[in-house]
Amino acid sequence: MNRILVAIKRVVDYNVRVRVKPDGTGVVTDGVKMSINPFDEIALEEALRIKEKGQAQEVVVVTIGPADCQQQLRTALAMGADRALHVQTDAVIEPLTAARIFKILIDREQPMLAILGKQAIDDDCNQTGQMLSALWGRPQATFASKVEIGDGVATVTREIDAGLETLEIDLPAVITTDLRLNEPRYVKLPDIMKAKKKPLDVLEPAALGVTPSEQLKAIRYEPPPQRSKGVMVKDAQELVAALRSKGLIQ
Amino acid sequence: MNKILIVAEHDGSRLNPAIAKCVRCARDIPDANVTVLVLAADPAAVAAEAATINGVDAVVTVANPANAQALAATLAPQVAAVASGYSHVFGPSTTFGKDLMPRIAALLGAPQLSDVMAVESATRFRRPIYAGNAIVTVEVAAGTQLVATVRVASFEAAARGNATAPITAASLDVVLPSHTRFVSLSAARSDRPDLQTANRVISGGRAFGSADNFKILDGLATKLGAAVGASRAAVDAGYAASDMQVGQTGKIIAPELYMAFGISGAIQHLTGIKDARTIVAVNKDAEAPIFEIADYGLVGDVFQIIPELERLIG
Repeated sequence: MNRILVAIKRVVDYNVRVRVKPDGTGVVTDGVKMSINPFDEIALEEALRIKEKGQAQEVVVVTIGPADCQQQLRTALAMGADRALHVQTDAVIEPLTAARIFKILIDREQPMLAILGKQAIDDDCNQTGQMLSALWGRPQATFASKVEIGDGVATVTREIDAGLETLEIDLPAVITTDLRLNEPRYVKLPDIMKAKKKPLDVLEPAALGVTPSEQLKAIRYEPPPQRSKGVMVKDAQELVAALRSKGLIQ
Repeated sequence: MNKILIVAEHDGSRLNPAIAKCVRCARDIPDANVTVLVLAADPAAVAAEAATINGVDAVVTVANPANAQALAATLAPQVAAVASGYSHVFGPSTTFGKDLMPRIAALLGAPQLSDVMAVESATRFRRPIYAGNAIVTVEVAAGTQLVATVRVASFEAAARGNATAPITAASLDVVLPSHTRFVSLSAARSDRPDLQTANRVISGGRAFGSADNFKILDGLATKLGAAVGASRAAVDAGYAASDMQVGQTGKIIAPELYMAFGISGAIQHLTGIKDARTIVAVNKDAEAPIFEIADYGLVGDVFQIIPELERLIG
Protein backbone atom coordinates (compact mmCIF):
# COMPACT_ATOMS: atom_id res chain seq x y z
CA MET A 1 0.00 0.00 0.00
CA ASN A 2 1.24 3.48 -0.85
CA ARG A 3 1.28 5.35 2.40
CA ILE A 4 2.18 8.93 3.29
CA LEU A 5 3.39 9.88 6.74
CA VAL A 6 2.72 13.47 7.79
CA ALA A 7 4.34 14.91 10.90
CA ILE A 8 2.52 17.70 12.69
CA LYS A 9 3.39 19.86 15.69
CA ARG A 10 1.14 21.60 18.17
CA VAL A 11 2.26 25.22 18.39
CA VAL A 12 1.04 28.60 19.64
CA ASP A 13 -1.42 29.83 17.02
CA TYR A 14 -0.09 31.98 14.18
CA ASN A 15 -2.21 34.97 15.25
CA VAL A 16 -1.10 35.06 18.89
CA ARG A 17 1.35 37.78 19.80
CA VAL A 18 3.87 35.80 21.83
CA ARG A 19 5.27 37.38 25.01
CA VAL A 20 8.23 36.40 27.14
CA LYS A 21 7.47 35.58 30.78
CA PRO A 22 8.69 38.32 33.14
CA ASP A 23 11.06 35.87 34.89
CA GLY A 24 12.72 34.93 31.59
CA THR A 25 11.99 31.20 31.92
CA GLY A 26 10.01 30.89 28.70
CA VAL A 27 7.15 32.43 26.78
CA VAL A 28 3.57 32.75 27.99
CA THR A 29 1.55 29.74 26.80
CA ASP A 30 -1.13 29.53 29.52
CA GLY A 31 -4.57 30.15 28.08
CA VAL A 32 -3.06 30.80 24.65
CA LYS A 33 -4.72 29.34 21.55
CA MET A 34 -2.84 26.33 20.17
CA SER A 35 -3.03 25.04 16.60
CA ILE A 36 -1.39 22.74 14.08
CA ASN A 37 1.82 24.40 12.86
CA PRO A 38 0.72 26.13 9.61
CA PHE A 39 3.46 24.52 7.50
CA ASP A 40 2.36 21.09 8.78
CA GLU A 41 -1.22 21.84 7.78
CA ILE A 42 0.11 22.47 4.26
CA ALA A 43 1.99 19.14 4.48
CA LEU A 44 -1.21 17.33 5.41
CA GLU A 45 -3.19 19.05 2.66
CA GLU A 46 -0.58 17.96 0.09
CA ALA A 47 -0.72 14.37 1.32
CA LEU A 48 -4.52 14.38 1.08
CA ARG A 49 -4.39 15.74 -2.47
CA ILE A 50 -1.93 13.03 -3.52
CA LYS A 51 -4.25 10.43 -2.01
CA GLU A 52 -7.29 11.98 -3.73
CA LYS A 53 -5.48 11.67 -7.07
CA GLY A 54 -5.16 7.96 -6.39
CA GLN A 55 -1.39 8.11 -5.99
CA ALA A 56 -1.52 7.00 -2.35
CA GLN A 57 -3.98 4.93 -0.37
CA GLU A 58 -3.41 5.99 3.21
CA VAL A 59 -2.38 9.16 5.07
CA VAL A 60 -1.01 8.64 8.57
CA VAL A 61 -0.52 11.69 10.77
CA VAL A 62 2.00 11.60 13.62
CA THR A 63 2.96 13.93 16.42
CA ILE A 64 5.24 13.96 19.46
CA GLY A 65 4.30 15.77 22.65
CA PRO A 66 2.02 15.97 25.68
CA ALA A 67 -1.51 14.57 25.93
CA ASP A 68 -3.05 17.85 24.65
CA CYS A 69 -1.54 17.20 21.19
CA GLN A 70 -4.43 14.83 20.55
CA GLN A 71 -6.61 17.89 19.84
CA GLN A 72 -4.41 18.66 16.83
CA LEU A 73 -4.34 15.01 15.76
CA ARG A 74 -8.18 14.99 15.85
CA THR A 75 -8.21 18.12 13.70
CA ALA A 76 -5.85 16.38 11.26
CA LEU A 77 -8.14 13.33 11.17
CA ALA A 78 -11.09 15.65 10.53
CA MET A 79 -9.18 17.20 7.61
CA GLY A 80 -8.97 13.71 6.14
CA ALA A 81 -6.03 11.75 7.56
CA ASP A 82 -6.90 8.05 7.91
CA ARG A 83 -5.27 7.39 11.26
CA ALA A 84 -3.04 9.01 13.84
CA LEU A 85 -0.01 8.10 15.92
CA HIS A 86 0.74 10.01 19.08
CA VAL A 87 4.17 9.60 20.65
CA GLN A 88 3.25 10.91 24.07
CA THR A 89 5.86 12.67 26.19
CA ASP A 90 6.23 15.74 28.36
CA ALA A 91 9.97 15.90 27.67
CA VAL A 92 11.60 18.67 25.62
CA ILE A 93 11.95 17.22 22.12
CA GLU A 94 14.81 18.61 20.06
CA PRO A 95 14.72 18.24 16.26
CA LEU A 96 17.28 15.39 16.24
CA THR A 97 15.21 13.45 18.78
CA ALA A 98 12.05 14.07 16.75
CA ALA A 99 13.83 12.84 13.62
CA ARG A 100 14.98 9.68 15.43
CA ILE A 101 11.42 8.95 16.56
CA PHE A 102 10.00 9.58 13.08
CA LYS A 103 12.66 7.29 11.61
CA ILE A 104 11.47 4.44 13.83
CA LEU A 105 7.86 5.08 12.81
CA ILE A 106 8.99 5.03 9.17
CA ASP A 107 10.63 1.65 9.69
CA ARG A 108 7.26 0.39 10.97
CA GLU A 109 5.00 2.09 8.46
CA GLN A 110 7.16 1.91 5.31
CA PRO A 111 5.70 5.04 3.67
CA MET A 112 6.49 6.14 0.13
CA LEU A 113 6.68 9.73 1.34
CA ALA A 114 7.12 11.60 4.58
CA ILE A 115 5.88 15.18 4.37
CA LEU A 116 6.72 17.72 7.06
CA GLY A 117 6.40 21.46 7.41
CA LYS A 118 9.67 23.23 6.63
CA GLN A 119 9.76 24.80 10.08
CA ALA A 120 7.66 25.11 13.20
CA ILE A 121 6.62 28.66 13.97
CA ASP A 122 7.51 28.27 17.67
CA ASP A 123 11.22 27.38 17.67
CA ASP A 124 11.74 28.30 13.97
CA CYS A 125 14.38 25.54 13.73
CA ASN A 126 13.83 24.26 10.17
CA GLN A 127 15.73 21.01 10.85
CA THR A 128 13.56 17.95 11.44
CA GLY A 129 12.74 16.98 7.84
CA GLN A 130 16.35 17.23 6.72
CA MET A 131 17.54 15.24 9.75
CA LEU A 132 14.93 12.57 9.11
CA SER A 133 15.99 12.10 5.50
CA ALA A 134 19.65 11.85 6.57
CA LEU A 135 18.85 9.15 9.15
CA TRP A 136 16.67 7.37 6.61
CA GLY A 137 19.36 7.66 3.91
CA ARG A 138 16.75 8.93 1.46
CA PRO A 139 16.33 12.08 -0.70
CA GLN A 140 15.09 15.36 0.69
CA ALA A 141 13.25 18.08 -1.18
CA THR A 142 12.88 21.01 1.19
CA PHE A 143 10.81 24.21 0.87
CA ALA A 144 8.52 22.67 -1.74
CA SER A 145 6.14 24.89 -3.70
CA LYS A 146 5.07 22.18 -6.18
CA VAL A 147 5.04 18.38 -5.95
CA GLU A 148 4.31 15.93 -8.76
CA ILE A 149 4.33 12.20 -8.08
CA GLY A 150 5.49 9.96 -10.92
CA ASP A 151 6.38 6.30 -11.16
CA GLY A 152 8.76 5.75 -8.25
CA VAL A 153 9.89 9.37 -8.40
CA ALA A 154 8.68 12.80 -7.39
CA THR A 155 9.41 16.07 -9.16
CA VAL A 156 9.57 18.87 -6.65
CA THR A 157 9.92 22.61 -7.17
CA ARG A 158 11.68 24.34 -4.29
CA GLU A 159 11.67 27.98 -3.26
CA ILE A 160 15.33 28.88 -2.80
CA ASP A 161 17.17 32.20 -2.52
CA ALA A 162 18.15 32.16 -6.19
CA GLY A 163 14.66 31.40 -7.53
CA LEU A 164 12.76 28.19 -8.15
CA GLU A 165 14.77 24.97 -8.27
CA THR A 166 13.35 21.71 -9.57
CA LEU A 167 14.65 18.36 -8.33
CA GLU A 168 13.77 14.82 -9.27
CA ILE A 169 13.96 12.45 -6.32
CA ASP A 170 13.52 8.72 -6.04
CA LEU A 171 10.84 7.49 -3.66
CA PRO A 172 10.66 6.94 -0.78
CA ALA A 173 11.70 10.44 0.21
CA VAL A 174 11.14 13.35 2.55
CA ILE A 175 9.47 16.56 1.40
CA THR A 176 9.19 19.72 3.50
CA THR A 177 6.60 22.31 2.59
CA ASP A 178 6.76 26.02 1.91
CA LEU A 179 3.86 28.45 2.14
CA ARG A 180 2.78 28.48 -1.47
CA LEU A 181 2.47 24.73 -1.99
CA ASN A 182 -1.28 24.77 -1.41
CA GLU A 183 -4.06 26.27 0.66
CA PRO A 184 -5.25 23.86 3.35
CA ARG A 185 -8.95 22.97 3.40
CA TYR A 186 -11.32 23.95 6.17
CA VAL A 187 -12.63 21.28 8.47
CA LYS A 188 -16.37 20.63 8.22
CA LEU A 189 -18.48 19.80 11.26
CA PRO A 190 -19.58 16.29 10.10
CA ASP A 191 -15.91 15.46 9.55
CA ILE A 192 -15.12 16.41 13.13
CA MET A 193 -17.75 13.89 14.28
CA LYS A 194 -16.35 11.22 11.95
CA ALA A 195 -12.80 11.91 13.11
CA LYS A 196 -13.71 10.82 16.63
CA LYS A 197 -14.06 7.25 15.36
CA LYS A 198 -10.79 7.15 13.42
CA PRO A 199 -7.91 5.19 15.00
CA LEU A 200 -5.47 7.14 17.18
CA ASP A 201 -2.69 5.04 18.71
CA VAL A 202 -0.65 6.29 21.65
CA LEU A 203 2.99 5.24 21.90
CA GLU A 204 5.78 6.12 24.31
CA PRO A 205 9.29 7.16 23.27
CA ALA A 206 10.78 4.51 25.60
CA ALA A 207 8.77 1.79 23.86
CA LEU A 208 10.30 2.99 20.57
CA GLY A 209 13.78 2.80 22.08
CA VAL A 210 14.41 6.55 22.01
CA THR A 211 15.41 8.52 25.09
CA PRO A 212 14.83 12.24 24.57
CA SER A 213 18.11 14.00 25.38
CA GLU A 214 18.33 17.71 26.00
CA GLN A 215 21.57 18.77 24.36
CA LEU A 216 20.52 22.36 23.74
CA LYS A 217 19.66 23.90 27.10
CA ALA A 218 17.61 27.07 26.99
CA ILE A 219 18.96 29.14 29.84
CA ARG A 220 17.27 32.51 29.35
CA TYR A 221 14.44 34.04 27.32
CA GLU A 222 14.26 37.76 26.60
CA PRO A 223 12.03 40.03 24.59
CA PRO A 224 13.76 41.37 21.47
CA PRO A 225 15.25 44.88 21.60
CA GLN A 226 12.59 47.36 20.56
CA ARG A 227 13.12 49.90 17.82
CA SER A 228 12.14 53.32 19.00
CA LYS A 229 9.24 54.95 17.22
CA GLY A 230 10.45 57.38 14.61
CA VAL A 231 8.97 60.55 13.16
CA MET A 232 6.17 61.13 10.66
CA VAL A 233 7.00 63.33 7.68
CA LYS A 234 4.32 65.23 5.77
CA ASP A 235 5.35 64.61 2.18
CA ALA A 236 7.92 63.15 -0.22
CA GLN A 237 9.99 66.31 -0.15
CA GLU A 238 10.39 66.23 3.62
CA LEU A 239 11.25 62.53 3.45
CA VAL A 240 13.98 63.06 0.88
CA ALA A 241 15.39 65.98 2.92
CA ALA A 242 15.49 63.81 6.05
CA LEU A 243 17.23 60.93 4.25
CA ARG A 244 19.73 63.34 2.70
CA SER A 245 20.55 64.93 6.04
CA LYS A 246 21.38 61.48 7.42
CA GLY A 247 23.55 60.74 4.39
CA LEU A 248 21.35 57.81 3.37
CA ILE A 249 20.80 59.11 -0.15
CA GLN A 250 22.58 61.62 -2.34
CA MET B 1 41.36 25.82 20.71
CA ASN B 2 37.94 25.85 19.04
CA LYS B 3 38.16 24.48 15.51
CA ILE B 4 35.37 25.86 13.36
CA LEU B 5 34.50 24.53 9.92
CA ILE B 6 32.44 26.82 7.67
CA VAL B 7 30.70 25.25 4.69
CA ALA B 8 31.07 27.65 1.75
CA GLU B 9 28.07 28.65 -0.30
CA HIS B 10 28.97 29.66 -3.85
CA ASP B 11 27.69 29.63 -7.42
CA GLY B 12 30.64 27.72 -8.87
CA SER B 13 32.77 30.79 -9.46
CA ARG B 14 32.09 33.24 -6.63
CA LEU B 15 31.74 32.92 -2.89
CA ASN B 16 28.37 33.99 -1.46
CA PRO B 17 28.81 37.19 0.62
CA ALA B 18 27.09 35.39 3.52
CA ILE B 19 30.29 33.41 4.12
CA ALA B 20 32.31 36.46 5.21
CA LYS B 21 29.55 37.02 7.79
CA CYS B 22 29.85 33.42 8.99
CA VAL B 23 33.59 34.04 9.41
CA ARG B 24 32.85 37.07 11.59
CA CYS B 25 30.47 34.98 13.71
CA ALA B 26 33.05 32.19 14.04
CA ARG B 27 35.70 34.75 15.05
CA ASP B 28 33.45 35.85 17.94
CA ILE B 29 34.16 32.44 19.49
CA PRO B 30 37.19 32.68 21.78
CA ASP B 31 40.40 30.99 20.64
CA ALA B 32 38.92 30.21 17.24
CA ASN B 33 40.67 28.52 14.36
CA VAL B 34 38.59 28.90 11.21
CA THR B 35 38.59 26.63 8.16
CA VAL B 36 36.40 27.25 5.11
CA LEU B 37 35.36 24.11 3.22
CA VAL B 38 34.70 24.51 -0.51
CA LEU B 39 32.87 21.67 -2.24
CA ALA B 40 32.65 22.27 -5.99
CA ALA B 41 33.22 20.73 -9.39
CA ASP B 42 36.23 23.04 -9.68
CA PRO B 43 36.83 24.80 -6.35
CA ALA B 44 39.94 26.85 -7.31
CA ALA B 45 38.37 30.31 -7.81
CA VAL B 46 36.06 30.09 -4.81
CA ALA B 47 38.84 28.76 -2.57
CA ALA B 48 41.17 31.59 -3.61
CA GLU B 49 38.47 34.10 -2.72
CA ALA B 50 37.79 32.45 0.66
CA ALA B 51 41.51 32.42 1.48
CA THR B 52 41.67 36.24 1.44
CA ILE B 53 38.96 36.80 4.06
CA ASN B 54 40.47 38.13 7.29
CA GLY B 55 40.12 35.56 10.04
CA VAL B 56 40.24 32.50 7.80
CA ASP B 57 43.12 30.24 8.89
CA ALA B 58 42.77 27.54 6.25
CA VAL B 59 40.75 26.55 3.21
CA VAL B 60 39.99 22.93 2.36
CA THR B 61 38.68 21.99 -1.07
CA VAL B 62 36.86 18.92 -2.34
CA ALA B 63 36.68 18.71 -6.13
CA ASN B 64 34.02 16.43 -7.56
CA PRO B 65 31.81 16.80 -10.66
CA ALA B 66 28.88 15.75 -8.43
CA ASN B 67 29.34 19.00 -6.54
CA ALA B 68 28.38 21.13 -9.55
CA GLN B 69 24.92 21.51 -8.00
CA ALA B 70 24.43 22.18 -4.32
CA LEU B 71 22.37 19.09 -3.45
CA ALA B 72 22.19 18.50 0.30
CA ALA B 73 22.10 14.72 -0.13
CA THR B 74 25.38 14.87 -2.09
CA LEU B 75 27.19 17.50 -0.04
CA ALA B 76 26.25 16.35 3.47
CA PRO B 77 28.20 13.06 3.56
CA GLN B 78 31.30 14.85 2.24
CA VAL B 79 31.07 17.56 4.90
CA ALA B 80 30.48 14.94 7.57
CA ALA B 81 33.62 13.12 6.43
CA VAL B 82 35.69 16.30 6.79
CA ALA B 83 34.04 17.47 10.02
CA SER B 84 35.53 15.06 12.52
CA GLY B 85 37.94 16.95 14.76
CA TYR B 86 36.03 20.22 14.43
CA SER B 87 34.19 21.55 17.47
CA HIS B 88 31.75 23.66 15.43
CA VAL B 89 30.37 23.26 11.91
CA PHE B 90 28.79 26.47 10.57
CA GLY B 91 26.81 27.39 7.49
CA PRO B 92 24.84 30.47 6.51
CA SER B 93 21.16 30.75 7.35
CA THR B 94 20.29 31.00 3.66
CA THR B 95 18.19 28.38 1.88
CA PHE B 96 21.50 26.65 1.02
CA GLY B 97 22.48 26.37 4.69
CA LYS B 98 18.97 25.68 5.97
CA ASP B 99 18.69 22.77 3.55
CA LEU B 100 22.17 21.34 4.10
CA MET B 101 23.24 21.86 7.71
CA PRO B 102 20.58 19.71 9.46
CA ARG B 103 21.44 16.84 7.13
CA ILE B 104 25.08 17.17 8.21
CA ALA B 105 24.06 17.41 11.88
CA ALA B 106 22.06 14.19 11.68
CA LEU B 107 24.94 12.35 9.99
CA LEU B 108 27.25 13.56 12.77
CA GLY B 109 24.67 12.84 15.49
CA ALA B 110 25.20 16.45 16.58
CA PRO B 111 22.61 18.99 17.74
CA GLN B 112 22.02 22.05 15.58
CA LEU B 113 21.37 25.66 16.52
CA SER B 114 19.52 27.56 13.79
CA ASP B 115 19.91 31.29 13.15
CA VAL B 116 22.69 32.13 15.61
CA MET B 117 22.49 35.91 16.13
CA ALA B 118 25.15 36.34 18.82
CA VAL B 119 28.01 34.38 20.36
CA GLU B 120 28.37 34.50 24.16
CA SER B 121 31.03 31.78 24.42
CA ALA B 122 32.12 28.65 22.58
CA THR B 123 29.14 26.83 24.09
CA ARG B 124 26.60 29.62 24.54
CA PHE B 125 24.70 31.39 21.77
CA ARG B 126 21.63 33.54 21.26
CA ARG B 127 18.97 32.95 18.63
CA PRO B 128 15.50 34.30 17.79
CA ILE B 129 12.35 32.19 18.18
CA TYR B 130 8.65 32.85 17.58
CA ALA B 131 9.37 34.98 14.51
CA GLY B 132 11.76 37.11 16.53
CA ASN B 133 9.27 37.80 19.33
CA ALA B 134 11.66 36.23 21.80
CA ILE B 135 15.41 35.73 21.99
CA VAL B 136 16.65 32.59 23.68
CA THR B 137 20.14 31.95 25.04
CA VAL B 138 21.09 28.33 24.49
CA GLU B 139 23.96 26.36 25.98
CA VAL B 140 25.48 23.06 24.89
CA ALA B 141 27.65 20.89 27.12
CA ALA B 142 31.39 21.49 26.65
CA GLY B 143 32.84 18.93 24.27
CA THR B 144 29.61 18.53 22.28
CA GLN B 145 30.19 18.97 18.56
CA LEU B 146 27.77 21.69 17.45
CA VAL B 147 26.27 22.41 14.04
CA ALA B 148 24.82 25.88 13.49
CA THR B 149 23.41 28.18 10.88
CA VAL B 150 24.46 31.80 11.16
CA ARG B 151 21.81 34.49 10.89
CA VAL B 152 23.66 36.59 8.35
CA ALA B 153 21.72 39.79 9.07
CA SER B 154 23.22 39.81 12.58
CA PHE B 155 26.88 39.95 11.55
CA GLU B 156 29.05 42.37 9.59
CA ALA B 157 31.09 40.76 6.84
CA ALA B 158 34.71 40.03 7.75
CA ALA B 159 36.95 42.22 5.59
CA ARG B 160 39.32 40.97 2.92
CA GLY B 161 43.02 41.31 3.52
CA ASN B 162 46.29 40.83 1.69
CA ALA B 163 47.22 37.69 3.55
CA THR B 164 46.20 34.40 2.02
CA ALA B 165 45.29 31.34 4.06
CA PRO B 166 46.78 28.02 2.91
CA ILE B 167 44.55 26.00 0.58
CA THR B 168 44.65 22.20 0.73
CA ALA B 169 42.75 19.67 -1.35
CA ALA B 170 41.05 16.78 0.42
CA SER B 171 40.24 13.54 -1.31
CA LEU B 172 37.37 11.70 0.29
CA ASP B 173 36.34 8.10 0.17
CA VAL B 174 32.59 8.71 0.36
CA VAL B 175 29.89 6.98 -1.65
CA LEU B 176 27.58 9.65 -3.04
CA PRO B 177 23.90 8.93 -3.62
CA SER B 178 22.27 9.12 -7.04
CA HIS B 179 18.71 9.32 -5.70
CA THR B 180 18.50 13.11 -5.92
CA ARG B 181 18.87 14.80 -9.30
CA PHE B 182 18.98 18.46 -10.25
CA VAL B 183 16.54 19.28 -13.05
CA SER B 184 16.50 23.06 -13.44
CA LEU B 185 16.73 26.45 -11.84
CA SER B 186 14.52 29.28 -12.94
CA ALA B 187 16.10 32.41 -11.60
CA ALA B 188 14.73 35.84 -12.20
CA ARG B 189 17.72 37.42 -13.93
CA SER B 190 18.28 40.81 -12.50
CA ASP B 191 21.00 43.44 -12.70
CA ARG B 192 19.97 44.66 -9.27
CA PRO B 193 22.04 44.05 -6.15
CA ASP B 194 21.40 40.85 -4.25
CA LEU B 195 18.47 41.30 -1.85
CA GLN B 196 20.23 39.67 1.08
CA THR B 197 23.37 41.80 0.95
CA ALA B 198 22.17 45.06 -0.64
CA ASN B 199 22.83 48.34 1.19
CA ARG B 200 19.45 49.66 0.14
CA VAL B 201 16.23 47.70 -0.29
CA ILE B 202 12.81 48.93 -1.36
CA SER B 203 9.82 46.63 -0.96
CA GLY B 204 6.23 46.58 -2.06
CA GLY B 205 3.12 45.03 -0.57
CA ARG B 206 -0.46 44.21 -1.34
CA ALA B 207 -1.31 47.87 -2.02
CA PHE B 208 0.17 47.63 -5.52
CA GLY B 209 -2.77 45.59 -6.75
CA SER B 210 -1.08 43.93 -9.75
CA ALA B 211 2.24 42.68 -11.09
CA ASP B 212 2.28 45.56 -13.59
CA ASN B 213 1.76 48.15 -10.88
CA PHE B 214 4.53 46.52 -8.84
CA LYS B 215 6.96 47.48 -11.58
CA ILE B 216 6.71 51.16 -10.64
CA LEU B 217 9.25 50.31 -7.93
CA ASP B 218 11.84 49.61 -10.65
CA GLY B 219 12.57 53.24 -11.52
CA LEU B 220 13.12 54.20 -7.89
CA ALA B 221 15.23 51.07 -7.32
CA THR B 222 17.47 52.05 -10.23
CA LYS B 223 17.85 55.61 -8.92
CA LEU B 224 18.80 54.31 -5.48
CA GLY B 225 20.86 51.33 -6.63
CA ALA B 226 18.52 49.30 -4.43
CA ALA B 227 17.40 45.70 -4.42
CA VAL B 228 13.64 45.09 -4.65
CA GLY B 229 11.79 42.99 -2.07
CA ALA B 230 8.17 42.12 -1.40
CA SER B 231 5.83 41.21 1.42
CA ARG B 232 4.31 37.75 1.59
CA ALA B 233 0.97 39.22 0.52
CA ALA B 234 2.51 40.62 -2.66
CA VAL B 235 4.21 37.30 -3.47
CA ASP B 236 1.09 35.24 -2.72
CA ALA B 237 -0.91 37.54 -5.00
CA GLY B 238 1.61 36.97 -7.81
CA TYR B 239 2.89 40.56 -7.97
CA ALA B 240 6.47 39.51 -7.19
CA ALA B 241 8.63 36.35 -7.41
CA SER B 242 8.97 34.12 -4.35
CA ASP B 243 12.71 34.84 -4.05
CA MET B 244 11.80 38.47 -3.33
CA GLN B 245 9.89 37.67 -0.14
CA VAL B 246 11.21 39.38 2.98
CA GLY B 247 10.21 38.06 6.40
CA GLN B 248 10.17 35.15 8.82
CA THR B 249 9.95 32.52 6.11
CA GLY B 250 11.56 34.56 3.35
CA LYS B 251 14.76 36.55 3.53
CA ILE B 252 16.01 38.22 6.70
CA ILE B 253 17.82 41.38 5.67
CA ALA B 254 19.81 44.16 7.31
CA PRO B 255 20.35 46.96 4.77
CA GLU B 256 21.42 50.51 5.63
CA LEU B 257 18.15 51.78 4.20
CA TYR B 258 14.87 49.88 3.94
CA MET B 259 11.83 51.49 2.34
CA ALA B 260 8.48 49.71 2.63
CA PHE B 261 5.75 50.83 0.25
CA GLY B 262 2.17 49.72 0.82
CA ILE B 263 3.23 47.11 3.39
CA SER B 264 1.08 47.04 6.52
CA GLY B 265 3.76 45.36 8.62
CA ALA B 266 2.64 41.92 9.78
CA ILE B 267 4.90 40.61 12.55
CA GLN B 268 6.25 37.99 10.13
CA HIS B 269 7.42 40.76 7.79
CA LEU B 270 8.83 42.95 10.56
CA THR B 271 11.02 40.10 11.80
CA GLY B 272 12.74 40.14 8.41
CA ILE B 273 13.62 43.86 8.48
CA LYS B 274 14.18 44.95 12.04
CA ASP B 275 17.95 44.83 11.72
CA ALA B 276 17.83 47.46 8.99
CA ARG B 277 19.69 50.61 10.03
CA THR B 278 16.94 52.98 8.86
CA ILE B 279 13.36 52.00 8.02
CA VAL B 280 11.06 54.18 5.93
CA ALA B 281 7.37 53.31 5.61
CA VAL B 282 4.88 54.73 3.13
CA ASN B 283 1.30 53.59 3.58
CA LYS B 284 -2.19 54.95 3.03
CA ASP B 285 -3.32 53.62 6.40
CA ALA B 286 -2.03 55.82 9.23
CA GLU B 287 -2.74 52.98 11.66
CA ALA B 288 -0.55 50.41 9.83
CA PRO B 289 1.71 48.58 12.30
CA ILE B 290 4.76 49.26 10.12
CA PHE B 291 4.72 52.85 11.44
CA GLU B 292 5.44 51.51 14.94
CA ILE B 293 8.96 50.54 13.93
CA ALA B 294 9.66 52.98 11.09
CA ASP B 295 12.25 55.70 11.58
CA TYR B 296 10.41 57.81 9.01
CA GLY B 297 6.74 57.35 8.23
CA LEU B 298 4.71 58.96 5.48
CA VAL B 299 0.97 58.51 5.14
CA GLY B 300 0.04 58.55 1.49
CA ASP B 301 -0.66 56.77 -1.76
CA VAL B 302 2.29 54.78 -3.11
CA PHE B 303 1.29 55.52 -6.71
CA GLN B 304 1.69 59.22 -6.04
CA ILE B 305 4.70 59.14 -3.74
CA ILE B 306 6.96 56.72 -5.63
CA PRO B 307 7.11 58.87 -8.80
CA GLU B 308 7.62 61.95 -6.62
CA LEU B 309 10.55 60.32 -4.81
CA GLU B 310 12.01 59.22 -8.11
CA ARG B 311 11.85 62.80 -9.38
CA LEU B 312 13.23 64.35 -6.17
CA ILE B 313 16.13 61.91 -5.90
CA GLY B 314 16.87 62.23 -9.63
